[in-house]
Amino acid sequence: MSTAFEHPVYNYKVVRQFAIMTVVWGVVGMLVGVIIAAQLAWPALNLDLPYTHFGRLRPLHTNAVIFAFGGSALFAASFYVVQRTCQARLFSDGLAAFCFWGWQLIIVLAAVTLPLGFTSAKEYAELEWPIDILIAVVWVAYAVVFFGTIMQRKVNHIYVANWFFGAMIITIAILHIFNNLEIPVTLTKSYSIYSGTIDAMMQWWYGHNAVGFFLTAGFLGIMYYFVPKQAGRPVYSYRLSIVHFWALISIYIWAGGHHLHYSALPDWAQSAAMVMSLILLAPSWGGMINGVMTLSGAWYKLRTDPILRFLVVSLSFYGMSTFEGPMMSIKTVNALSHNTDWTIGHVHSGALGWVAMVTFGALYNLLPILYGREQGKMYSIKLINTHFWLATIGTVLYIVSMWVNGIMQGLMWRAVNDDGTLTYSFIESLEHSYPGYIVRVVGGALFFAGMLVMAYNTWMTAKGKQLNDEIAQA
Amino acid sequence: MDINDARGIATVCSLIAFIGIIWWAFGSGRKARFEEDGNLPFADENHDAQPNKIGEERK
Repeated sequence: MSTAFEHPVYNYKVVRQFAIMTVVWGVVGMLVGVIIAAQLAWPALNLDLPYTHFGRLRPLHTNAVIFAFGGSALFAASFYVVQRTCQARLFSDGLAAFCFWGWQLIIVLAAVTLPLGFTSAKEYAELEWPIDILIAVVWVAYAVVFFGTIMQRKVNHIYVANWFFGAMIITIAILHIFNNLEIPVTLTKSYSIYSGTIDAMMQWWYGHNAVGFFLTAGFLGIMYYFVPKQAGRPVYSYRLSIVHFWALISIYIWAGGHHLHYSALPDWAQSAAMVMSLILLAPSWGGMINGVMTLSGAWYKLRTDPILRFLVVSLSFYGMSTFEGPMMSIKTVNALSHNTDWTIGHVHSGALGWVAMVTFGALYNLLPILYGREQGKMYSIKLINTHFWLATIGTVLYIVSMWVNGIMQGLMWRAVNDDGTLTYSFIESLEHSYPGYIVRVVGGALFFAGMLVMAYNTWMTAKGKQLNDEIAQA
Repeated sequence: MDINDARGIATVCSLIAFIGIIWWAFGSGRKARFEEDGNLPFADENHDAQPNKIGEERK
């Protein structure tokens, strides 16, 4: 990392480090995703080794894409946006560097311990207790840097993006600490302090709000800065963004129980979670419309600007998955969808379509600035366009194959004969799922290929190369 | 007063707070102020123009 690009006021170094690692971990995490998708289509790819078994690689994939790729993107974007909208340098360069190296260490520890089989067996919180403590320490340092910078701001108002980042930081700290309260037995093994249904409720209070605050509020912060920046105009309604913020954060926290429909969780708690999930549609779509309408009067820019296209399509997928989510939280719909591939498709419509695409759009805006150029001036604009189409087609293939599989599985599992016996055995539903699994591998591979194109474009941009291949107005 | 009364009061207080937020955000007296706040991402663009040797050379 050269010091030649240092900004006279802002700390761009830590932003650049996190931005580059976002691309690196994106390649790694998505590659593992393609591998485990291939294992489900061709089980022999498990290699009969414990280290490469689906059960160990799957948490490696989720941790890598959520916390390594998504986490690095959030650190990069929040450290950048908080400086620029507060017009102040980061509160502490040393603590910011600690956040970077600490977070990378956590990722490496995860990449080592998960294939070795060390896990606390909580979804998205599999890491064992020493790593949990390290996460808490780094996260507190993150909070100090972020809120310290806000306290030093040169402007009166705190821009809405920072409210979303701030809510993400505070809530994730609380969720992480309380869900991971556990009793260590050895250095590598611990047991949750909660038992039975309470443990399940804690886990999905955490799990759903990892989605709600890490993958939604945090990335909405990215949206509220980078969509206006790339479109060259302020957000459609700043006043709506205020209502959006308070409505979203106050409702999301109650929705986690919908992961436990028809379980031992009390019925009223399931119903409350379902109602809260349905209400959540309103703030989700309010924010989505606010982002998309920012383009109002400037739609023509979408024809020539693939970065803007990434951002707008990410909002479309956000709208789609935040419609799908409340529908799936309805108990009767969930009776069909639960434990099927539909859930996996829903997660990826949010993860690939929304989180990854808004990250790509933001990074393509940001990377050139970090290397001393104007915003959006990557090495190649046409390669951004190539990436856009690979990512979009890959996401659509992924989602559609999982919809088909999920609904088919749900219908086959519930089918009964006149005498009350099951019409299909489980293995029959699995046999019929294989075509969908192969389509998913193709979709995932296309998405991964797009990520490789981005990595090449980033590498050439960092080396100072630039093609002047703007897309001509059609 | 049992726990359900407290729950009801909490719900009503939340509703009042939400209506208060809408009133505050959309009140006509604060229209100009929020329009200005919405421009904050563009307020520091003079920083982009800071001389940066490498960036200048490559243009």
